[in-house]
Amino acid sequence: MDRMAGIINLDHEQDVLEELTYFRCGAAVPFAGRYRMIDFAISNMTNSRIESVAVFTRRKYRSLMDHLEQGKAWELDRKRGGLFILPPDWNDPTDISRGDLQHFHNNIDFIHRTYADYILVSGSQNICNINYQDVLEAHKESNADVTVIYKSVEELYPEHNFAHKLNFDGNQRVTAIHNDKQNTNVYMDMYVIDKNFLHKLIEEGIAHGSSHFFLDGIKAKLPDIHIHGYEYNGVHALINSVESYYRHSANLLNEANHSELFKEDSPIFTKVKNEAPAKYSPNSHVTNTLVANGCLVDGEVEDSILFRGVKVGEGAVVKNSIIMQRCEIGSGAVLENVILDKDCKISQGRTLIGAPEKPFVLAKRKTM
Amino acid sequence: MQGKECVAMLLAGGQGTRLKSLTKKIAKPAVYFGGKYRIIDFPLSNCTNSGIDTVGVLTQYEPLILNNYIGIGSSWDLDRKYGGVSVLPPYMRSGGGGWYTGTANAIYRNLDFLNQYEPEHVLILSGDHIYKMDYGELLDYHRGSGADATISVIEVPWNEASRFGIMNTDGQGRITEFDEKPEYPMSNLASMGVYIFRWEVLKKYLIEDEEKSHSSHDFGKDIIPALLADQKRLMAYTFEGYWKDVGTVESLWEANMDLLKSNPELNLSDQTWRIYSKNPNQPAQYISPAASVRGALINEGCRIYGQVEMSVIFYGVHVNEGSIVKDSVIMPNVKIGKNVKIYRSIISEGSVIEDNAVIGNPSPESDITLIADEGSVMATSYAANN
Repeated sequence: MDRMAGIINLDHEQDVLEELTYFRCGAAVPFAGRYRMIDFAISNMTNSRIESVAVFTRRKYRSLMDHLEQGKAWELDRKRGGLFILPPDWNDPTDISRGDLQHFHNNIDFIHRTYADYILVSGSQNICNINYQDVLEAHKESNADVTVIYKSVEELYPEHNFAHKLNFDGNQRVTAIHNDKQNTNVYMDMYVIDKNFLHKLIEEGIAHGSSHFFLDGIKAKLPDIHIHGYEYNGVHALINSVESYYRHSANLLNEANHSELFKEDSPIFTKVKNEAPAKYSPNSHVTNTLVANGCLVDGEVEDSILFRGVKVGEGAVVKNSIIMQRCEIGSGAVLENVILDKDCKISQGRTLIGAPEKPFVLAKRKTM
Repeated sequence: MQGKECVAMLLAGGQGTRLKSLTKKIAKPAVYFGGKYRIIDFPLSNCTNSGIDTVGVLTQYEPLILNNYIGIGSSWDLDRKYGGVSVLPPYMRSGGGGWYTGTANAIYRNLDFLNQYEPEHVLILSGDHIYKMDYGELLDYHRGSGADATISVIEVPWNEASRFGIMNTDGQGRITEFDEKPEYPMSNLASMGVYIFRWEVLKKYLIEDEEKSHSSHDFGKDIIPALLADQKRLMAYTFEGYWKDVGTVESLWEANMDLLKSNPELNLSDQTWRIYSKNPNQPAQYISPAASVRGALINEGCRIYGQVEMSVIFYGVHVNEGSIVKDSVIMPNVKIGKNVKIYRSIISEGSVIEDNAVIGNPSPESDITLIADEGSVMATSYAANN
C-alpha cells in the first residue's frame, strides 16, 4: 500500500469572513451545525487512510488549536504519525525563506520523517467529501509530477473569482493555470505530489527567493513539469466570503446535497461536546432546518441552521438564519437573514432582519 | 503509589429479565435511555463528576456490548494511568471459579482489584438506575458521621415500598432495621442500591460471608443484616432528586417521557453536571419542510419528514413522510417507512418499520408495545395486547 501524508496549508488563506473571522482563522469557522471548516479537510484525509497530518497555521489559531486538540476526534492521536499543528517559528537567522515556503522549509522534518511516499496538500475553504486514495491512483497512473484536484462547476459565483482555473489537453494534462472568470474548471486548492519531488521544489523555490509554493513552485513551472488534473464529481462548496458561507449553508438544507456531504461510509468527524439531544417544546414549530444537539426550541424556526446548545425562546421566530453555538434568542424576538456568531444574546422582542443576499452578521458574544 | 480515598464498584452484571426482549442480547446497564445515553452513563458520569476516578465495573450477563461500550473509559474521562475504569468479569483461578453468585460475592471475588488501591472507602453502585448524584457529598456525610457503612435512601411511594430494601432509622439517621423487599414495609425509606463502606469493615464481612454456606452472598440480604446484627454504625443518607429504577418496559418508557416535561426533574442540559456518553459521529438532525415536531427529544443524525409528538428519538432515526410517532421511544438507527403510525411504543435499535404499519395503541390506558425483534418488522399491525 502506498502511504500518503497530509498537509493542511492555511498559510495563504485570508480571514475573509468579516465578523466570523475577527477572532479566528477561516479554518476554525463553524459550519453545518456542529462542524468547523477544517473538519472536512481532516476527515477526508483520515477517511482516505492518511495517518499523519500537518497543519500550517499563521494567524489567529487559538480557537483552531482548541478545536483540534491532539487530533483525537479524527483518531490522529497516534504514536506513529498523527496530528501536527505547526504555527510559525521564524527564529532561524539564516533562514531566507519567505511566504508559505517558510512553512514548508521550517517543517521539512515533517516531510522527511513521514513514512509516506506521497504528500496530499489541501486548504480548508473547499468543502467536499473526497477519497484521496482515488486521486493517488490517478496520480500514479498518469505518471504526473503533481496532480491537482478541480471541480467543474455548473454555475460561476463571485467566490470563484478568487480561485484558480485550469485548462487541459485531451489527456487531462494541465495546460494552463489562470484566473479567467469564464472558466468553470475550479482548482480546489488540493494536490498530490511525490515526497521527493516536493522536497526538490521547496529547495528550488527558496534558492530563487520565491514566497508562494503553489504559484512560484508549481504554476510557474507549468511548461516544464507534468501537472495532471483530477476531476472531483461530488458535492462542493468554496467558502471565501460571508455571501458564499451563507449560500452554501442554505444549500445544506437541500436533502441531496446534505446526504452527499455526510455519507455513512465516509463520515465527517468533529470534536464531541456531550450535549443532550435537542429538545422541542410542545409549542415549537420547526421546518426545513438543521438542528444540533443541546438546543432548546420553544419558538418557530424555518429554513435555518441551529448549532449546538442554541436556545430559541417562546414565540421567537427564526428564518433563513444561521445561529451558532450557545446563542440565546429571547422570547418574541424575530430574526431573518441573520448569522449570529457564538454566544450571542438577543433580548426579548428584538427584531433583526438582514437582506436575503446579504445577511446581517453579529460578531461573537454580542448582546442585542 | 498512595492509596485511593474511594473506589467505586459498579454492579453491571444484571440480566434485567423484566425488560423482556430489550435485554435479550445486552446487559441491562447497556439499555438505551434518553435519546443518546445508556443506563450505565448515569453512574459512570456521576463518578466522574463527583471526582471518583477509579471504578471497577463488574460484568457477567451478555457483556460484549457493555465491554465494547466502556472501552478504556475515555468517554467518561476515566482513561487514567492510576485508576480509571476496569471491567471485571468473573474468572477462573487455580482453586476453581465460576459465575458471580450474588452482589457481595462479586465484590469478594475482586478483593485483589480493591487491595491494589488500598482504598479507605468503597462505593457500591448498581448499573440500572437513572439519577444524578454527587457521591462526594455522600462520602462527606459517611465520613462525618463516622459510619462503618452508609446507605443512600430515597422516599418511595408506600405502595411500591415492597420492591425495595426498606429501612428504619432513629432520629439521627442511624439505621436500626433493614428489610430486603419486605411484604409489609415498616417505612418508605428505600435503599437506592448505593452503599459506601469503610473498606476494612467491608473486607472482613465479605470474607466471613463467603464462608457461610447458607448465605446468598447479597448485600441487602446478608451483608447489611450481618453488620446490623453486630451493632455496626450504619447511617442512612437521604437523597432528594430524580431517581428511577428502569427495570420494566413501563418504567423505562415513563422515565423517557419524564424528560419531555417542560422543566424535567432530571435536567440533561445542566453544564455543571453533564452526563457523558459515547458520542457517535452524526451530522446535525434534519427537520424537513413537511415535518412537524412537537414536544420531543431528538438526537443528531435523525431525518424527520413526518410527525413526531411527545417522543424520544435516538440518533440515526429516519421518520418518513406521512408517518406519526407519538408517545414513543425510538432507539438508534430505526428506519420508519411512510404512513406508519406508532403509539406508546418502544422500538429497539436498528428496527425497520415498513410502510403503512400501525404499531401500538393510542389509548392512554393501554400497555406499552415493545418492538425488539431483530431485523425488519413486516407486521402491518402490532400492539401490546395482541
